[in-house]
Amino acid sequence: MTGPSVGGRRRIAIDPITRLEGHGKIDIFLDDAGDVERACLQIPELRGFEVFSIGRPAEEMPQITSRICGVCPTAHHMAATKALDDLYKTEPTPTARKIRELVYNAFMMEDHALHVYILGGPDFIVGPDAPKEMRNVVGVIQKVGLETGKRVIGMRKSLRELIAYFGGKVIHPVLGLPGGVSKGLALEDLPRFQQLAKDAVEFGEFTLGVFRDIVLKNESYVDMIRSEDYTHKTYYMGMVDDRNRVNFYDGQLRVVRPDGQEYATFHPRQYAEFIAERVEPWSYVKFCYLKSLGWHGFDNPKSGIYSVAPLARLNASEGFTTPRAQRAYEEFFQVLGGKPVHHTLANHWARVIELLHAAERIHELVNDPQLTGTDIRNIPQRTPSVGIAAVEAPRGTLFHHFETDERGLIRKANLIVATQNNSARISMSVEKAAKGLIRKGQVTDGLLNRIEMAFRAYDPCFGCATHSLPGHLPLSVTIYNSHREFIRRLQQD
Amino acid sequence: MSKPKIAIYWCASCGGCEEAVVDLAEDILGVVEAVDIVLWPCAMDFKKSDVQAMPDGSIVATLLNGAIRSSEQEEMAHLLRRKSRYMIAYGACAHTGGIPGLANQFTREQMLRYVYEECPTVVNPERIHPRPHSKENGWSFELPELHNRVRALDQVVRVDYYVPGCPPTPAITKAAIGALLSGELPPVGSVLAPDYALCEQCKRKASKPENVSFVGFKRPHEVPLDPEKCFLAQGVICMGPATRAGCEAVCISGNMPCSGCFGPTSRVRDQGAKALSSFCANVAPKTEDEIDEVLAGIPDPVGTFYRYGLARSTLRGAITEPAAQSASKGSLSRVSPKTCC
Repeated sequence: MTGPSVGGRRRIAIDPITRLEGHGKIDIFLDDAGDVERACLQIPELRGFEVFSIGRPAEEMPQITSRICGVCPTAHHMAATKALDDLYKTEPTPTARKIRELVYNAFMMEDHALHVYILGGPDFIVGPDAPKEMRNVVGVIQKVGLETGKRVIGMRKSLRELIAYFGGKVIHPVLGLPGGVSKGLALEDLPRFQQLAKDAVEFGEFTLGVFRDIVLKNESYVDMIRSEDYTHKTYYMGMVDDRNRVNFYDGQLRVVRPDGQEYATFHPRQYAEFIAERVEPWSYVKFCYLKSLGWHGFDNPKSGIYSVAPLARLNASEGFTTPRAQRAYEEFFQVLGGKPVHHTLANHWARVIELLHAAERIHELVNDPQLTGTDIRNIPQRTPSVGIAAVEAPRGTLFHHFETDERGLIRKANLIVATQNNSARISMSVEKAAKGLIRKGQVTDGLLNRIEMAFRAYDPCFGCATHSLPGHLPLSVTIYNSHREFIRRLQQD
Repeated sequence: MSKPKIAIYWCASCGGCEEAVVDLAEDILGVVEAVDIVLWPCAMDFKKSDVQAMPDGSIVATLLNGAIRSSEQEEMAHLLRRKSRYMIAYGACAHTGGIPGLANQFTREQMLRYVYEECPTVVNPERIHPRPHSKENGWSFELPELHNRVRALDQVVRVDYYVPGCPPTPAITKAAIGALLSGELPPVGSVLAPDYALCEQCKRKASKPENVSFVGFKRPHEVPLDPEKCFLAQGVICMGPATRAGCEAVCISGNMPCSGCFGPTSRVRDQGAKALSSFCANVAPKTEDEIDEVLAGIPDPVGTFYRYGLARSTLRGAITEPAAQSASKGSLSRVSPKTCC
């Protein structure tokens, strides 16, 4: 399956099927010699949440912004809720904070489990070279056994039930209010969540074991993780506590340089001093970069391009607060040759470690006597003006920024979502894969697979294309000659 | 005999409707075995050309979620309508426009200008905007065109049935798919959910006042919320009385009021107007000044009463131009905030 070796400039459009729903596509441009001149990721949709939030009561933002994404609604819900705390200068009560953290870690764990076993996992668990019809959840079950498959489904179901217990519903929950949560935990319901927490930690350890056995014991997989095709030396950003340990729910943002040295640590309120967004005419998504370093193009190392998501969080931190995740963190950097790790595919491993940490946090929280307290709200008393907050969504740092009048009606909103933070580096990954695999007009068989894998490691949320049940991002490549005449179409089956 | 063909498709949506279908996967395994899913972009390989090649009407039902905002979404809605015997608007965005429909209070140009120029983190001195056609270094790029207005599915193509909710619940979805497969369907145009108000399903119904009388409205963050008592009895706006049942009052089980995602019952044409008129009729004070004071407790009537239904409502929003105005006309949208269509 090769492209025609015609001379002249050509354009190759790689359309995840999502292009047809208006969520994401890739264009690759070849020069006269048939080598890649440029590759870029296009997001063909805009819904304008920041604009139609204007005039709305701020307290509705946790529910309105969750509709940005039905896959990670809890991340938007929680970021907006924390922005409301900041807006009204009202801290949540200790019980409310613990309930939020419990819900948030349950969300992180179920979302990561979805990716590890069903979406991204098949690339490794079944194997990148396995036939495509096996690289899906069915293949995963064959490899790890039906019992494990059932365990994954059961675990996710219990975690989603926990979210729904507090949030009313799991898709678009409603618990968040400034200074607290709407619903507390009844003492009689605690035992089932304690059982869930115990199962969660076992599940987390089991998952790390599966990853070790299948991926780390296979040298060719480890070589692939370390291969140059999947390596980019960028900056990394992630949320940390006061001792620079990973925190999904709260803390400061820490950015490290490509050499691993600290570049900056800042409070979410300062985000606009550190982050800027670039607009390109060919995509509705904006491209984030570190403001003081400036934008010098996608392929210029002087550009302040940074990355977020699991690998970035591990790189930007100095460990975890929980013992099992901490041990796994140390092993991660030891095996991959020290910090920072620049290999995009290491995101899969980092995600498994984070899953275990989320499980350990759930266990800590359900055994915390404050969790069952009845004081779940501080009623805001202050006049609102500006509220800014961040959380770590499964796919990376998420900022919510609201400005209101004295009645708490939104005047201005700014939202920087995880995939936006990552959009420049995802484009770089696409370009690198394309350059490595398209030479002199020859489009090699591996192109679709490689781009698919480079993509999926980030678990990008645009199009939710990676949220495909069979763990398979269907792509097609359409090749045009320099006169824009259709030549041929390559398609995955 | 070949299995009935089903398609699932998404337009301007968040992916929550897809998750809702996935969430009931275990339950409907039998159903899934009984049908042939010919299109589900979220879950399986998809070739638009395959759908184009199918005979018209050969898909039994398409479940389409999301509102319609772009040229591409409109094109797919027409294609799937043609190929399907039943077109099902699945979820609040397809049913009534959903939360993305709130954008109809603003023009497309306002939206683009804010997102790409005025937003605090944007650095864009050249005022570049994404464009349907752009050129760089001799290469042309194409993006779907954004329409002026967000539309519900039945404002674009004929719709046979509606499955309400943001997102629809597993029970509602399961019942809808069951009805489609058994052929035991209500009259065309029906919403496949109970046809009575949510209060009937609400555990707090007993505490709902016989005669509601509002001396003031409280916003949820301003007061402690009693987990047992009807929200209306607490002076907090709850859309339950103006909203179709079917969700089993899940938000209320999270101790927050209903925000109306299931839309109105069949006896109500405009959910927002119905809610507005019933709340206003029950304001206790009778002088204008006192009434204004009470209504100040509802600072965003559009977002409160038309949270999910603005696009499909009689109010429709601030945009007067046709939704699919062609770019070649070149004129910008105008805002006429008082226009009711």
